Amino acid sequence: MDGPHSRRGEGSEPTFLGTPPVPGQRPDELLLQVARGDQDAFAALYEHIAGPVLGIVRSVLRDPAQSEEVAQEVLVEVWRTAARFRPEKGGALAWVLTIAHRRAVDRVRSAQAATDREHKAALLEQTPAYDEVSEAVDHRLEREHVRRCLQALTRTQRESVVLAYYRGLTYREVAELLAVPLGTVKARMRDGLIRMRDCLGVTA
Amino acid sequence: MTGADLHMLAGAYALGALAEDERAAFEEHLADCEACAVEVAEFQATGARLAQAVAQNPPPAMKQQVLGRIAVVRQEPPHVEMPAPRPPSAPARARRGARFALAASLAAAVALGGVAAWQYTRAQDAHQQAQQAQAETAQIAAVLSAPDAHAVVGSVGGAGQGSHATVVTSRSENKAVFLTPGLPELSSGKTYQLWFDDAGVMRPAGLVAPGATDQTVLLKGPIAQAQGMGITVEPAGGSLHPTTAPIALMPFPAT
Repeated sequence: MDGPHSRRGEGSEPTFLGTPPVPGQRPDELLLQVARGDQDAFAALYEHIAGPVLGIVRSVLRDPAQSEEVAQEVLVEVWRTAARFRPEKGGALAWVLTIAHRRAVDRVRSAQAATDREHKAALLEQTPAYDEVSEAVDHRLEREHVRRCLQALTRTQRESVVLAYYRGLTYREVAELLAVPLGTVKARMRDGLIRMRDCLGVTA
Repeated sequence: MTGADLHMLAGAYALGALAEDERAAFEEHLADCEACAVEVAEFQATGARLAQAVAQNPPPAMKQQVLGRIAVVRQEPPHVEMPAPRPPSAPARARRGARFALAASLAAAVALGGVAAWQYTRAQDAHQQAQQAQAETAQIAAVLSAPDAHAVVGSVGGAGQGSHATVVTSRSENKAVFLTPGLPELSSGKTYQLWFDDAGVMRPAGLVAPGATDQTVLLKGPIAQAQGMGITVEPAGGSLHPTTAPIALMPFPAT
């Protein structure tokens, strides 16, 4: 929780990638300004969203060049469709990252249709993306918090959430990979998210 | 699949783990399920935290590239509220009279009374309506006044306690509108669900609350290849596939 003065002096703000955004400009406010065609607001919003967008796209797609291409597409899409953002339905980061995850997943599914089975076999050999990330910077606290919460899940919950979100698998693929019934995977994904939500203190 | 089963998909949906067809079906369900929408919003916020935990430093050149690209990309305009269709007694009658007259000749008289009253009510509180409802109102008006609008009247439910309903289709609009003076009451936890009949395969087309009178409902999704529509009684929140025998099946006019 923020202390009473946490938004004041230098250094008490969370550290952001690149240039610090204008103080007091939260992503929600920035995105609303972007919807009005404000390119400076977009440049400030970029500092909040570019790192997580690239991170989740890369987690799903793996290929660095393709990931950067898709991340750029997502960021342009944020600019183009900013007027669709409804702050009363959730925060700007959730809105942006839902777009990013869906774009990455759509890309990987269309590209992988042909080599699906090989891909799944290969996935079993890999440790979750979560443990492989080495380049992320300045999100250490968040990373630690999420890691702790993931560890608190049951194994099936954790694997279901990680394989779907970080790898972009469908629940049917997750069920096959983990050799558990479809209904179990659906339930574990929901249970896992409920526990993550509560552990992270998320409110929509 | 029951409403409870659909609800169970909220996690898979928020994790992007549904196949395309399931995603579309769940989103239809989401539009009618307040509890699901809240849960999905929370799950998407949770997903955002998972994404932030794997944030990566973008290459320094990327920012300039993106800023360069957005400078030449036109933004989507905001979704503005559609003007509510005017009731037939409004001043616009002279202009639009012919089109409404056509709708009147196609829809059954009882249905027209319902539509007129309904449209008037809608016009009254149009400013408070959600944008989706606004767009739906405009689409209903478009279907009812389409040059190729056709109406089919059918009976709903058992003899004696049944009701009747009209479905107006427009192939040019590729949409169907369901009109009823009121469907029989259901026990709590149940709802009426509409379906497109794609050669015997039922495609979800939205829910109708029981009990309310003068219902006019735009069927969700395009007519596409559907040969007719059906109505079933489903658990609240609706189902992916019919779980009960239809209480009515109404064929669409052949193209």
